[in-house]
Amino acid sequence: MTRAKSNFASNLGFAVREQLGNMGHAARLFIRLLVMMGPALKRFGLVRDQIFFLGNYSLAIIGVSGLFVGFVLGLQGYYTLQRFGAADTLGLLVTLSLVRELGPVVTALLFAGRAGTALTAEIGLMKAGEQLSAMEMMAVDPVQRILAPRFLGGIIAMPLLAAVFSAVGVLGGWFVGVVMIGVDSGSFWSQMQSGVDVWRDVGNGIVKSFVFGVTVTFVALYQGFEAQPTPEGVSRATTRTVVVASLGVLGLDFLLTTLMFSI
Amino acid sequence: MSQPDSKALVEFKDVTFSYPGSNGDRVILDRVTLSVPRGKVTALMGASGGGKTTVLRLIGGQLKTNSGQVLFDGKNVGDFNQKDLYAARRRMGMLFQFGALFTDLSVFDNVAFALREHTDLSADLVRDIVLMKLNAVGLRGARDLMPSEISGGMARRVALARAIVLDPELIMYDEPFAGLDPISLGTAAQLIRQLNDTLGITSIVVSHDLEETFRIADKVIILANGGIAAQGTPDEVRHSTDPLVHQFVNALAEGPVKFHYPGVDVATDFGRPA
Repeated sequence: MTRAKSNFASNLGFAVREQLGNMGHAARLFIRLLVMMGPALKRFGLVRDQIFFLGNYSLAIIGVSGLFVGFVLGLQGYYTLQRFGAADTLGLLVTLSLVRELGPVVTALLFAGRAGTALTAEIGLMKAGEQLSAMEMMAVDPVQRILAPRFLGGIIAMPLLAAVFSAVGVLGGWFVGVVMIGVDSGSFWSQMQSGVDVWRDVGNGIVKSFVFGVTVTFVALYQGFEAQPTPEGVSRATTRTVVVASLGVLGLDFLLTTLMFSI
Repeated sequence: MSQPDSKALVEFKDVTFSYPGSNGDRVILDRVTLSVPRGKVTALMGASGGGKTTVLRLIGGQLKTNSGQVLFDGKNVGDFNQKDLYAARRRMGMLFQFGALFTDLSVFDNVAFALREHTDLSADLVRDIVLMKLNAVGLRGARDLMPSEISGGMARRVALARAIVLDPELIMYDEPFAGLDPISLGTAAQLIRQLNDTLGITSIVVSHDLEETFRIADKVIILANGGIAAQGTPDEVRHSTDPLVHQFVNALAEGPVKFHYPGVDVATDFGRPA
């Protein structure tokens, strides 16, 4: 009994120490990446390639998802609003939902699945193939040459993708609400224009998507960089990227929303 | 710059190194002292897991010793900060076991990588240098191929061209012969010797291939059980009376290095219960 207890205690201690070590590693990498953002910007070609790789290749899934989320918002919103005779405000409901909440969050979740996994797998495999070691031996810092441009690329791409998602979503909501159900087109757009505040609503959404971009990209890079350099290790790291990034995004979303309501 | 008494480019003084393990540290090198003479081909041999690659990583500063000193051109690699370390690494080239080419870059861009990162040379000059290095390994014509389109032997030659692009003083080869067919193997061995002699480079070759290695090496160091079992010219090592070296050089299954991984004895595993 005491033996089992002490075993449990030592295991717990070991796990806590290991987690603290991991957090320390992550924090150090994060700070190094922040410091290197300046130098990385100087070689904008590398960053541009990453924006293209992360952003452009995610565009299709983001666009299609945005459209369908917009469709569904149009339908569900109309169903609720028409009970109160407020179907005219459908445009406002769809837009606020997208810009404040669904745009940044769903984009970040999709971004983690589409671009985050690609980043983790790429860097993990580079590590497994000793490419990162080779780079170090060539006196080139892999954090600066490989990680920093990807970090910046992700941070820039994510808000743009969220904007695309929201824009396409609004069109989807308009299509279902106005074209299919027959809500008045004039009130759909005018309610939206008068009800949405650029700073409070759109601004909050942009802040969120920026924070999520940092989160998802960093998690993906860290998992790839710290992956065990084996096929199994890379596969586990890729899975962890999706899990950690998704939970991180949802948790941060709650935190940010609370903060934004209190301001 | 170089100290008057050191003809060696790389020296190990009483170096101990261990990997932390779950049940105690696994000692890889135990108070090892060795030297790598300038301008010569030095071969590091020994059984797998004997610390050969560790030696290379210690020289490159990718690992740090537990105790003792690793001297590169008279300076302790362990004392370097990142800037010094990177300055020292520019004077080294390393050829990884499977080439470790950047898979997203073409052969040309792989070789040009270090030039573009470290120098401001014009594109024309970079092109000339890269083609010269590729010519030295016989792959000038393969410049536009991607790493996925070339064979393992070619990949290693590209990696070699990449390793010598900054004209290093020291090249470290991590198992350059592993998995090569006889023709590629002969070519690789010849290349190592040739580059060493024509460019005046110091070379360290980690290898299992006795015949080829003995043919091209000026000095052979055999690592075993965390220490140095033998060192000297290939001939001296070949005729060493040390039982371990004898086993290694003659490729014998039984000897000081056991065939069986240590465990409970056979009778306990297969015998009838007492």
